[in-house]
Amino acid sequence: MSTAEALKAKFPEDELVFSEFRDNHRVAVPAAKLMPILSMLKSECGFDMLAELTAVDYLEYEGATDRFGVVYVLLNNTSGERLILKTFVNDPNPSLPSVYSLWKSADWLEREVYDMFGITFAGHPDLRRILMPDEFTAFPLRKDYPLKGRGERHNFPIVTRADS
Amino acid sequence: MPFEVSDLAEMDAPEKEYLWTLNFGPQHPATHTTLRLILTLDGETVINALPHIGYLHSGFEKLGEHLDFNQYVTIVDRMNYISPLANEISWHHAVEKLLGIEITPRCKYLRTILAELMRLHDHLLNVGTTGLDLGAFTAFLYAFYQREKIYDIVESASGQRFHTSYTRVGGVMFDVNNAWVDKIRDFLKGFMPVHAEVHRLLTRNRIFIDRLKGVGYLSGEDCINMGVTGPLARASGVLRDLRKDEPYLAYPDLDFKIVAAKDGDCYARYLVRMQEMLESVKIIEQCLDNIPEGPVNIDAQTHIVPPAKPSVYRSIEGLIQHFEVMMPNRGYETPREEIYAATESPNGELGYYIVGDGSPRSYRARTRPPSYIHFAVFPQIIKGHQLSDVVAVLGSLNIIAAELDR
Repeated sequence: MSTAEALKAKFPEDELVFSEFRDNHRVAVPAAKLMPILSMLKSECGFDMLAELTAVDYLEYEGATDRFGVVYVLLNNTSGERLILKTFVNDPNPSLPSVYSLWKSADWLEREVYDMFGITFAGHPDLRRILMPDEFTAFPLRKDYPLKGRGERHNFPIVTRADS
Repeated sequence: MPFEVSDLAEMDAPEKEYLWTLNFGPQHPATHTTLRLILTLDGETVINALPHIGYLHSGFEKLGEHLDFNQYVTIVDRMNYISPLANEISWHHAVEKLLGIEITPRCKYLRTILAELMRLHDHLLNVGTTGLDLGAFTAFLYAFYQREKIYDIVESASGQRFHTSYTRVGGVMFDVNNAWVDKIRDFLKGFMPVHAEVHRLLTRNRIFIDRLKGVGYLSGEDCINMGVTGPLARASGVLRDLRKDEPYLAYPDLDFKIVAAKDGDCYARYLVRMQEMLESVKIIEQCLDNIPEGPVNIDAQTHIVPPAKPSVYRSIEGLIQHFEVMMPNRGYETPREEIYAATESPNGELGYYIVGDGSPRSYRARTRPPSYIHFAVFPQIIKGHQLSDVVAVLGSLNIIAAELDR
């Protein structure tokens, strides 16, 4: 039984949006059903690796209805099958359940998404900024964050040789 | 065997003041670049490691949203600067998949040769510096002399030794000639004896084995659960190689083997890398023998690649076509679609998630960097080892900080 059929058998069909592009098999799921769907994919369909977890900010994307898309690239190491699962979250307080309990690779990947987009993952063991310094307040990969301009760097204190 | 810290009765004491905290990095010769570890030590045994990264973060992905598909290649080859061409090939592999372009057979072979040269490049550095960090200086010099020759080969193809920016959407910057092919043959002839020499210097060296064997063990299940790919996963017995499993470029035509080991320790990773170099040599030799004639870029009528220089300089149509491709306000239509495409870089699965919005630049250009995934494993595999094993494990993971932080 294919993954799509297995998913359709277990969850209401109108909530899942299947699509294909080149060799990518994709499915969009509602954020509320994310955890049951992912745990079912891991335990029943054999997707034992979370190869990639990232987010996209659709603020300036033409025709987009939701603010953030969170993308999970799952991989079945036995059959080599890939599935790209996507879910949407919105302002304010974009939040999703953490998948750290299913795949440990989610640890740093979720921290990066939090750092860059400000999407929080409930149940993550250690959700801190990872690439940006802890004092940083903005989320740089959001589309409303400018590419260049004065700001962040100027908010940090200047340490001279005399006071170090 | 690693010392079992948890067996000590003192560990149960409420205050653990006898534990030492050691700051390792961000500037340390064994980190190779800038990354920082906060180690908690019991004597010389590491009982906890806390990585701090981000020292080299320079917003590559943000830049990727503002540069077009050809411009961004100058940024991606600064990610894993140990094998810059592997990044470029992977980036344009993803872009071409998004645009639905099938590159010419000559370009496929050319890119395959370069990708495998980069694998040699990366593994030579890794084997050399693993030896260097553990005190074996000679192997490092041998390895780096060979890397120098690869730089020369890359320079004669692209005009640049390091950050080549050689690939383009639908092809490469310049075609190569037969002198270049002969140069690679010469290099391979000289490479084999040096590879054998490094084997003799390291593989059965008592000190080298004692420092690596049983250190940094990672089981196959953990590899899969933690997303580890590439030589690290194959050293733990996970038989997965995108060159075989999701063939791209010229790999379906070529005869080569996946190298794997079962032990999952630093020594197994060293052995896998050494053997992979031999497989890469085999691949390059087959490619050189079979490199097809014909154009290296796709047809200029597609308006994706610039036309050949003679037609730009001598005909008005050529000039207009060149203008259409180069000017930022022109460009070609791209699909409003999203794609994930990955290649087997020397370090593991290097993937790109590109969101296209119809313009010639990506709406989102996400990199899946293998170093980032692999470094997350470090705290787990260093626990219970000695302080001196930190450099051995860091070396075997082959963390490239520019790719780690982007």
